[in-house]
Amino acid sequence: MHEGGRGNAIHDLEHGPRAMIAVENVSRSFGRVRALDRVSFTATDGRITGLLGHNGAGKSTTLRILSTVLRADSGRALVDGHDCARASLAVRRSLGVLPHAGGLYATLTGRENIRYYGRLHGMRRDELESAIAGLVERLGLLAVIDRRAKGYSQGERLKVALARALIHRPSTIILDEPTNGLDVNAVRMLRELLRELRASGRCILFSSHVMQEVAALCDDIVIISGGRVVVSGTPDEILEHTGAADLEEAFVRAADAERAE
Amino acid sequence: MTSAVATVFRKEVLENIRDHRVILSAFFFGVLLAPLIFAVTATITSKRIAQTQEEPLEISVSGAERAPNLVAFLKENGAAPKQVELSADEAMRAVRDGGVDLVLIIPEDYSARLRAGEPAPIELVVDSANAQTRGNAERARRLLEGYGRQLATLRLLVRGIDPAVIRPLAVQTLDVATPAGRAALFLGMLTYFCFMSMLVGGFYLAIDTTAGERERGSLEPLLSLPVGRGALIVGKMLATSAFMAMSLLLTLLTFGIVLRFIPLERFGMSANFGWEVVAGIFGVMVAFVPLGAALMTVVASFTRSNREAQSWLSVVLFVPLAPILYAQLSGTKASAPLMFVPSLSQHLLGTNLLRGDPIPPMHVVISAGTTLALGLLLALLAIRLYRREAILG
Repeated sequence: MHEGGRGNAIHDLEHGPRAMIAVENVSRSFGRVRALDRVSFTATDGRITGLLGHNGAGKSTTLRILSTVLRADSGRALVDGHDCARASLAVRRSLGVLPHAGGLYATLTGRENIRYYGRLHGMRRDELESAIAGLVERLGLLAVIDRRAKGYSQGERLKVALARALIHRPSTIILDEPTNGLDVNAVRMLRELLRELRASGRCILFSSHVMQEVAALCDDIVIISGGRVVVSGTPDEILEHTGAADLEEAFVRAADAERAE
Repeated sequence: MTSAVATVFRKEVLENIRDHRVILSAFFFGVLLAPLIFAVTATITSKRIAQTQEEPLEISVSGAERAPNLVAFLKENGAAPKQVELSADEAMRAVRDGGVDLVLIIPEDYSARLRAGEPAPIELVVDSANAQTRGNAERARRLLEGYGRQLATLRLLVRGIDPAVIRPLAVQTLDVATPAGRAALFLGMLTYFCFMSMLVGGFYLAIDTTAGERERGSLEPLLSLPVGRGALIVGKMLATSAFMAMSLLLTLLTFGIVLRFIPLERFGMSANFGWEVVAGIFGVMVAFVPLGAALMTVVASFTRSNREAQSWLSVVLFVPLAPILYAQLSGTKASAPLMFVPSLSQHLLGTNLLRGDPIPPMHVVISAGTTLALGLLLALLAIRLYRREAILG
């Protein structure tokens, strides 16, 4: 892992691992709709953090603010210690983003898709080609990498999109509803890959509206509803806090409590 | 920054070259459709002109026996009179139905009035609404007037008067149109086709690189890369420009070849379309490329979907063409103030090149300068639009 790109504005050794993503009191409105209302949470290195909520709860808005395509109205978001609003280029350098649609270019081959992103990350040619070769081998893409993305299966598309998001060896990875519309095999494969990435010490944040998905994978969970963080922590902490028997009940209870207000 | 622009440019060109739909629509118009339309129109027109000038004038004459001298005069002057027996009503019906082009009716009192020295009536039945026979009708009228003048001259000579007294004016028309100039009127179509091919050539790229990318969900991850949005949109506009320029070049080259096979000389026109003129027209027209690319990109950036972008852009295609159509219909000539109008200035300069007329260097400077400046302004607007959050839709 390369440590060079990381700042240490929120480096806090005394309180456990460093928070590579820190969202502090972020609010954002679209017209008269308040999409996020003083949202705060952290996601740390070497752990998978799940952002769980119903559709329209504010998950995508949160991720878009972290990936710097949207700005917060107030509060601040930090990635690797860089402020998303003021140092957006530095944030984007340390981020790998996997959009839920994959967003591959259909008429380009897998390799060309990955190469495009690598070049835009400013990678040198030899460095880029060896990084592609490494990812192709690790993800088992050798057979399809030089075919056009048009003909890919779901799993192949996901793998290539993931390779593209990882090409510059980002320390932080954001995935927006990555399992949406995927078949069982592809979902299993993704889980394995995310666990592997966690083992390599990366900070992984992904959003989902499926409770089981989050429960199966995440070390930390942030439940968001109506633009607010209802509860966050490890699964055990959440059970304790809500007094629920299982995570599903905790999710329903937390989300509904917010709605009732 | 510059390497990012180059990366985006290369990717957009590669991606769109592989898209058959894009290639087909981009180059179909310029390379196939426009020269085809041109060749067909040119062939039909040249045939008609050749017909009216070379073939004998067919004219039906009713009552020819009453005017043998007139009929002989018509024959001598390239007409082929045909004897028919029709009343005035029948003749009008026949011409209206299109059965015959022209009927000349010589009434019974023709020879009596002629001998008495009174104006002798003759009737020429024509259909002036029929564009095909209008030329023939004009020829017939001129022939009859010529015969009339001949008679008048003879009468004056008999009375010992100089026929010159009834010709107070000696009008001589000196036609300054060069053969190439006459063709230019016709070749004016060419500049129109040049603009169409440029705009159509960049049409799909302008949409695909903006609204299309957003619709396919690839825009958001692209904007999450450590590249300024200005570099992204500039790379995209350059790719659109490259397709436009390529389309223009192919169209001009195709015309350069096609025009060699159209017999423009047969009707007194020479096509001033050597390769140096092709190069000149390309040089003049290509200044419009950045403006067109930026204009289409700006419009496509406003729209929410591919489909919406397509319908808006189809309308926008006609904005640069409007001044050309106006100039073509009103016969506007090149002047320095008009060089400030993009598209119109390229049209006028292009037409001058075709005509073989000299072009003041100042005109070229103004035309290229204003068009490029406006293109730059629109490109800056496109960059601004891309920096908005709303670009995500």
